[in-house]
Amino acid sequence: MSEELDRRQFLKGSAMLAGLAIAPGMLLYDLAHGRSLNEPASSAVRWGMLIDTNQCESGCDDCVKACNKENGLPGGTRPTDEQWMRKVELKDMRTGKATSLPMMCQHCEEPPCVDVCPTGASFKRADGIVLVDRHLCIGCRYCMMACPYKARSFVHEPLHDQKPDVPRGKGTVESCTLCVQRIDRGENTTACAEACSKAGHKAILFGNLNDPNSEISKRIKTVASTQIRADLGLNPGLHYEGL
Amino acid sequence: MKRIQAIFLALVLLASGAAFADVTVPHLDIGKGGHCVNDPKFMKLNHGDLLKHQRTITVHQGVRGRYSLEKCVNCHASRVNNSVLGTDRNFCQGCHVYAAVKIDCFECHSSRPETVSETLTEVAK
Repeated sequence: MSEELDRRQFLKGSAMLAGLAIAPGMLLYDLAHGRSLNEPASSAVRWGMLIDTNQCESGCDDCVKACNKENGLPGGTRPTDEQWMRKVELKDMRTGKATSLPMMCQHCEEPPCVDVCPTGASFKRADGIVLVDRHLCIGCRYCMMACPYKARSFVHEPLHDQKPDVPRGKGTVESCTLCVQRIDRGENTTACAEACSKAGHKAILFGNLNDPNSEISKRIKTVASTQIRADLGLNPGLHYEGL
Repeated sequence: MKRIQAIFLALVLLASGAAFADVTVPHLDIGKGGHCVNDPKFMKLNHGDLLKHQRTITVHQGVRGRYSLEKCVNCHASRVNNSVLGTDRNFCQGCHVYAAVKIDCFECHSSRPETVSETLTEVAK
């Protein structure tokens, strides 16, 4: 009797496994939860954002504060202070329409900062995130000059008490990493997007542009969005709605 | 004559033994310690290469693998000052001062484990 039960349970279990497996060695579970810690970032994914400027409230800088907290940035606004993210307020002088939006690294598909880097420190990861390898960065700041979005900062002063998962140091260039430490942990959100939802605006939608079933892909398909300086043909990963 | 030779040999041996005893090896505060990712003898010789190899894979491919400076710090930060630096007994600084090899890891990387330092600051508040 017990033997029979075991056999039945075994069959049940294997049927469930077969249901999860869509190909040998590939489980549905993996697709749902992203890659494991030992798996390299893959070009099957392209991380991006859709920012709805209609929802973005003028004067609110919760996203910037969250970014500073997540990455251990001082949050100063002097010209020499590091700033990965900033709020921009625009006004159309003819109609008087005011627009507020967050501005940061646009994570281009063809990043000019990577083109100009003499050491290979500025690079684009397989999943579309544009990063600086600060082991290789010599602080020449060519990338800062090349970036049409003024997204990068240079660290001028020696730093102390950096966050353990966000190493930063004097003499190197840095910018928004799309919270790469969170992505590598398998979290599907960035600090700014999280803070924006928390504030009730839900203006920042983060997700995988390559997955046709992701929320961001579905929304980009249905609403009018634009990329900033789309004329440059860099195909940024950040899309703006309502501009 | 043989006897004198034997005494001389014994003296040389004694002197060399004393010389070894005089060498001040660093007495390290290994912090929490515990089971390391590799044999400690292997790590003593190869940790630099392992970290250098891993850093490229981590930064460029996003693989947060077996070897990580953050994990070293998590286990080996001193319980006295919650860091791998600070005094010549601290885990990283102690050995590197002894070997006269400069470490620049901690100009960018944190020398403190995050969780403990956070609780410490909470206590301080």
